[in-house]
Amino acid sequence: MIGRVGASPQRVGGRGRVTGLQHYVADIRLPDILHAKLVTLDCARARIVSIDTSAAERVPGVRLVMTAADLPQPVPRFGPQFQDRPVLAVGETKYHGEPVAAVAADSRDAADEAARLVKVEYEELPAVFTIEGALDPAAPLVQDAAQRPGDNLAATNVLREHLVGWGDVEATQADLVIEHTYEFPMVTHFAIEPHAFMAAPDGDGIAVWSSIQHPNWLQKVLADILGLPLAKVRVHAPDPGGAFGGKQHAKYEPLVALMARRADRPVRLVLTLEETFQAARRASAKIRVRTGFQSDGTFAFQDIAADYLIGAYADIADRVVGKGSYPGCGPYRVPAARITARSILSNTTPSTAFRGFGAPQVNWAVESNIDAGALALGIDRLELRLLNLARLGEAFIPFDTPADGQWEQVVHRAAELIGWGTPLPAGRGRGIAVGIKSGPTTGLSYATVRLLADGSVIVFAGTSDMGQGARTILAQIASDELGAPLDWVTVVMGDTAVVPYDQQTSASRSTVLMGNAVLDACRDIQSKVRAMAARLEGIDPSEIAVEHGVVRLPGREVPIVDVLKPGLGPLGGELIGNGEMRKEGDPGHPLGGSVAFFEFNCTAIEAEVDRETGDIMLVRHVTVSDVGKALNPLQVRMQDEGAAVMGLGHTLMEHYIFDGSGRIRNLGAIDYRIPTSMDLPLELLSDMVENEDGPGPYGSKGMSEGALLCVSAAVAGAVHEATGTVIRDLPLTPERVWRSLQEGGNG
Amino acid sequence: MTTIPIEVTVNGRSRSLQVAPQHTLLDVLRDDLALTGAKECCLVGECGACTVIVDGSTVDSCLMLGVEADGAVVTTIEGLATGGRLTPIQEAFLDEGGVQCGFCIPGQVISAHALLQASAHPSIAEIEEGMAGNLCRCGCYQQITEAILATAEAGRR
Repeated sequence: MIGRVGASPQRVGGRGRVTGLQHYVADIRLPDILHAKLVTLDCARARIVSIDTSAAERVPGVRLVMTAADLPQPVPRFGPQFQDRPVLAVGETKYHGEPVAAVAADSRDAADEAARLVKVEYEELPAVFTIEGALDPAAPLVQDAAQRPGDNLAATNVLREHLVGWGDVEATQADLVIEHTYEFPMVTHFAIEPHAFMAAPDGDGIAVWSSIQHPNWLQKVLADILGLPLAKVRVHAPDPGGAFGGKQHAKYEPLVALMARRADRPVRLVLTLEETFQAARRASAKIRVRTGFQSDGTFAFQDIAADYLIGAYADIADRVVGKGSYPGCGPYRVPAARITARSILSNTTPSTAFRGFGAPQVNWAVESNIDAGALALGIDRLELRLLNLARLGEAFIPFDTPADGQWEQVVHRAAELIGWGTPLPAGRGRGIAVGIKSGPTTGLSYATVRLLADGSVIVFAGTSDMGQGARTILAQIASDELGAPLDWVTVVMGDTAVVPYDQQTSASRSTVLMGNAVLDACRDIQSKVRAMAARLEGIDPSEIAVEHGVVRLPGREVPIVDVLKPGLGPLGGELIGNGEMRKEGDPGHPLGGSVAFFEFNCTAIEAEVDRETGDIMLVRHVTVSDVGKALNPLQVRMQDEGAAVMGLGHTLMEHYIFDGSGRIRNLGAIDYRIPTSMDLPLELLSDMVENEDGPGPYGSKGMSEGALLCVSAAVAGAVHEATGTVIRDLPLTPERVWRSLQEGGNG
Repeated sequence: MTTIPIEVTVNGRSRSLQVAPQHTLLDVLRDDLALTGAKECCLVGECGACTVIVDGSTVDSCLMLGVEADGAVVTTIEGLATGGRLTPIQEAFLDEGGVQCGFCIPGQVISAHALLQASAHPSIAEIEEGMAGNLCRCGCYQQITEAILATAEAGRR
């Protein structure tokens, strides 16, 4: 089985996934383990008056009931951007589902029973659950101002304000100005694997298992909290069963580690799906867009004000707000731009990274506003986009990486596949939108590759394979470079004691950053093979080339393994290659670093609306991405179509519903609907543009989020053309569509 | 703690077990038999990650008590491949790209296997309806449908 890049071999690790033998965290059994259960309150914000653990402690099998009082004092706080989240609630809960205590017992039954018996006396406090509520001058503060020293916004619920722009929006004349406000719902990742954590004392250190995307980041958080050197914190990160950003940063690992140390036994905590809803979500948003157009359809300016409702603790949410709003003007030539974005704290589930990282919210607003302008100007929506679209090399964001793809090819392809401009059956409409997302702004990935004596290969890479297929891509690169069949390549991931450092698995970076590190490590081995061949042949290394698994000698070429075996000699052994890929930051850049690459997608939709029920039937959904080079075309298709389906979730059906106490009323799979096989468009078509113009191996680019970015605007555009109704609030549920149709529907 | 004896055949092997009356079949499989292929997600019968076959019918094992399986014949994902050889539907999931993170896949494969047992040549509409009880957040529905169609087609030849 050859794993040449550009081929679509079966997924590496796929066999375990179809036989049930793949072990996710909750499938790993440690001897003598205690089962943990969280204790939470039935409201969002409350003052904890007292906690009585005596009844819980009397449950047979209970070994530990932990409250904030049992933790190191002051209670450790953590977070990737602000260290604001306590290990357990201190004095006050901030959101529905925040744990005030945790129980560990010999059995899950005992832990569940004991958790119910922890008696918490509490007083519900006024709280804020909406943007308007949080911004009210009389609103209670979500975070204690004392926790935000030196912060001039500390007396408000605004965590941060971000401003980027260029040109002079105020001074720019426009023939037409379109201004509307759009809303995006609060949605959750709903990975089918609920978050799971284990910790066990490990000699003089600790071992932790987590379905985490960033094992090295978690290692540092735990080392800081436990006062241990990094080398004494071993993070095992088995492949997550879906993550989508929700498993980037530490959640309950610090709690479980502290429980394991206190009990001096392994402890495991497997969240219920309901608890995962309370642990991670996407920020909702309200976005006002004022777009200036000239009469020929060119943009004069974009003026965007985006308010994102984040949760009670920041997690990575403020970075999401800053980075997600940053490319808000889209991939267009815009002479003047002003983008302000605020991360607004509320007494709700902490929002965090979620596929698209803050970009889908603004995209929904801006692309919809562009449709409104096209309509007012009488210009075709496709033509207007093509007119303004940045071309390769154009510095469309003046201080950042210029347009790094031939994006017009993507748009043309999507238009062709949807049949743009061809006659539509009665009652149908089409929509088209483009999306752009900033790739990573900093990065550091190391890889080690070992070429064993028989020519087989082990790759060590700290990327998490959460379904995106990184294991397969990295194996394909090593297979291609070192000439080993794909099934002779093993990829080891997810163990900080074994695998070299990787900054993180996010921002669709792994093919580019870790891919380059693996390629670099393979090149390191190739140079050793070259030296080996020179020694064996008695010629100068300059006469030899090693590439794509073969050694080119003067007049002949041989497989690498034919040089390796005699070169290693009778004792055997191996060749070890080390690789490194850095993307340095830039402190003067608004994002702390220029963008390594852009993800670009064009989505086009044909839809029909049932006027009696408001139900939207998607006739055809086209998604086309610029991927530079598809190292595995099938996996590109899976990622793009999967992202498209996920985008249909927040577009058509998904949203949290709160009650007056800030309780999520639709916790769990019955009341929170995600797309099923019955919700697919009648036709779902994906395609890609490959010009080998990306910074990754063989010209590849990151590509796992693009197909989600602009689904909403494309669907709403199709609904508008089909019915004349304009809706500026997601999701486009049948009820909302029906009401809009009843009300005449011009928004 | 009270337990109740049951006899159950799991993947062709008869087992005598003492199970807690409140434990689901999923608990029994995962905790008592260490068969962790069936997954825990929603625990309310909506996601399908815990799907197994009981006496010829697919069930969400989170909705069935272990004691209800007394006398039953149960097939889990671990029981499909035999002698180290994947079944055609398992191969097709890999060939067609039906597997990403994989967490829902044991349930998907079991449902697809049962669907093909019930109807050798299902239509696309029958597949989409038959598989609607198995959520996949990676969004592989189209590829899973293709895997089922490809398996049915190969069976025709």
